[in-house]
Amino acid sequence: MLTQFLTDIWLVYRSVFEFALIGSALGLSIYITLRTGLLSLASAGFMSIGAYVGALLTIHLHTPLLVSVLAGALAAGVIGLLLGLPVLRLSGVYLAIATIGFGEVVRVFMLNIDNLAGRTITGGALGLNNIPRKTETWHLVLFVGLLIYLFVRIDRSRTGRAFDAIRQDHHVAASMGINVVQYRNLAFVLSALIAGAAGVFSAHLTYFVSPNEYGFNGAVRILTFAILGGYLIWLGPIVGAFILTFLPELLRFLGPYRPIVNGVVLILAIIYLPRGLVDPTFWRKVWRQRGKPPSPPPLETSSEAAP
Amino acid sequence: MFWQQLVNALWLGSVYALFALGYTLVFGVLDILNLAHGAVFMWGAFFGLLAVTKLNMPIWAALLVAMLGAGILGIVLDRVAFRPLRKRNAPQLAAIISSIGASTILVSLAQGAFGAQVSRFPFDTLPAQVFTAGPVRVTLVQVIVFAVSLVLMAALLLFMRRSRSGKAMRAVAYSGRISSLLGIDVDRIIVTTFFVSSALAGASGVFLGLAFSAISPFMGAPIELKGLAVIILGGLGNVPGAILAGFLLAATEVFGVAYVSSDFRDAIAFTVLILVLLIRPSGILGTAVERRA
Repeated sequence: MLTQFLTDIWLVYRSVFEFALIGSALGLSIYITLRTGLLSLASAGFMSIGAYVGALLTIHLHTPLLVSVLAGALAAGVIGLLLGLPVLRLSGVYLAIATIGFGEVVRVFMLNIDNLAGRTITGGALGLNNIPRKTETWHLVLFVGLLIYLFVRIDRSRTGRAFDAIRQDHHVAASMGINVVQYRNLAFVLSALIAGAAGVFSAHLTYFVSPNEYGFNGAVRILTFAILGGYLIWLGPIVGAFILTFLPELLRFLGPYRPIVNGVVLILAIIYLPRGLVDPTFWRKVWRQRGKPPSPPPLETSSEAAP
Repeated sequence: MFWQQLVNALWLGSVYALFALGYTLVFGVLDILNLAHGAVFMWGAFFGLLAVTKLNMPIWAALLVAMLGAGILGIVLDRVAFRPLRKRNAPQLAAIISSIGASTILVSLAQGAFGAQVSRFPFDTLPAQVFTAGPVRVTLVQVIVFAVSLVLMAALLLFMRRSRSGKAMRAVAYSGRISSLLGIDVDRIIVTTFFVSSALAGASGVFLGLAFSAISPFMGAPIELKGLAVIILGGLGNVPGAILAGFLLAATEVFGVAYVSSDFRDAIAFTVLILVLLIRPSGILGTAVERRA
């Protein structure tokens, strides 16, 4: 009886679960850049590159999934390296804008190279839609598992500490001998590799890729995962991706107004939970205050009415 | 051929410039990149459309309604998405993220209210008159759009240079803290800035809706991304720069399509954007001091 029930739930929610796993990988891809203090919206563009390269290999050369994934990730990684070298000299708003521009260039490119030298390549606005379904749930579980392992290792390494130092203050980090440019490039390329691989998995899960899937809206969706979940630990974007993938399923009754939830979540999270849901300091504070009488509000500290 | 393209570049450029003005104004005064500006633009177009179709207003009154509606929407946007962050001294990037959230909300509200299909102004909103001069054809809509945009831009420049509020706005742009020490009501100036910026977005929404005869909840996204290219090209926060860059980008696109290829029309803006960022991040009219965060 119970197994029957669980099987039913699994059948209903399996695809949502798979999308949440892909979302987790994408969230991790933007997490790694946020962790070094960069707001990059390039993940969707990298995902698109990976998806097209992987799908084209599978369709034309019948490569096994693993080869397609590696090739897609590598293609995105190489583009990431080439883009990062000049673009990472920018910071703050300027970097965000440059990466939005990159995403649009990728989208327009994929839209328009459908007919190069008389051969169909990307299929233009229709995209590619004869991709065999090769991604299995366990592939995605393994993929996200490997990423978690990678990030746990990074956390315990010199690299992880360098990332955190750069986020907190890159001038101080540089003065302590950390090569800021090199670490930021590393983070950017890692981000591209992860997004590229996620793109290939996604293409072989949904049977199709089209340029508009990965435009600005795609980039925003990915950002939402990391902002809601938090970008201080790897668990953050995963939690964010799961919540934001399952939430719309539970809110079907809202009909066309459903995307509003994403916007509301984004604004509330950035105002009231600027460090995300997965913030150990916040929860530790909540835990410590449980049962105690409510403490008086802290004195106003440095809340200058900045314009 | 050349003159026709020039005419096209001029009226399209005036709409780009008008849109980008408000975009860059908010950045100049508040250091906020308001990615919900395109959504306000779209709502402005719908306000104008509703005024014409539901209230049977003439187009000039509908334009005023659209500007007023969009302006008020801008003030609400500030209250909901930006003011709480200012109070918390949140980092600059938080405001971008918050504006993205606001944009999502505004677009899906419009999608719920008006559906995803394309609406248009009734055909008799403006007489479908065409002027011809030799090989050049100009429609009445294009002439009006161009002329009224120029008037609005001139009004904004005058407002910034001459009026008390405009001067206060420039002072706040220079430094909010010093302005408030000098007795300027910074909060009021911020509200004014959002109202003016959004009203201009609303006007450009009506203009583009009239000229392309297509209004949809998604019409904000393309111009918002192009607007980014315009304000970067003009120098972030630089009002005259945005006007010049609006015309430049339109000319590049129009002549690029006419003489090179139409396939990559939309890529032109972003290639320009990335190149400017890499070569001269302060924009064409920007000062040498870079405002990188």
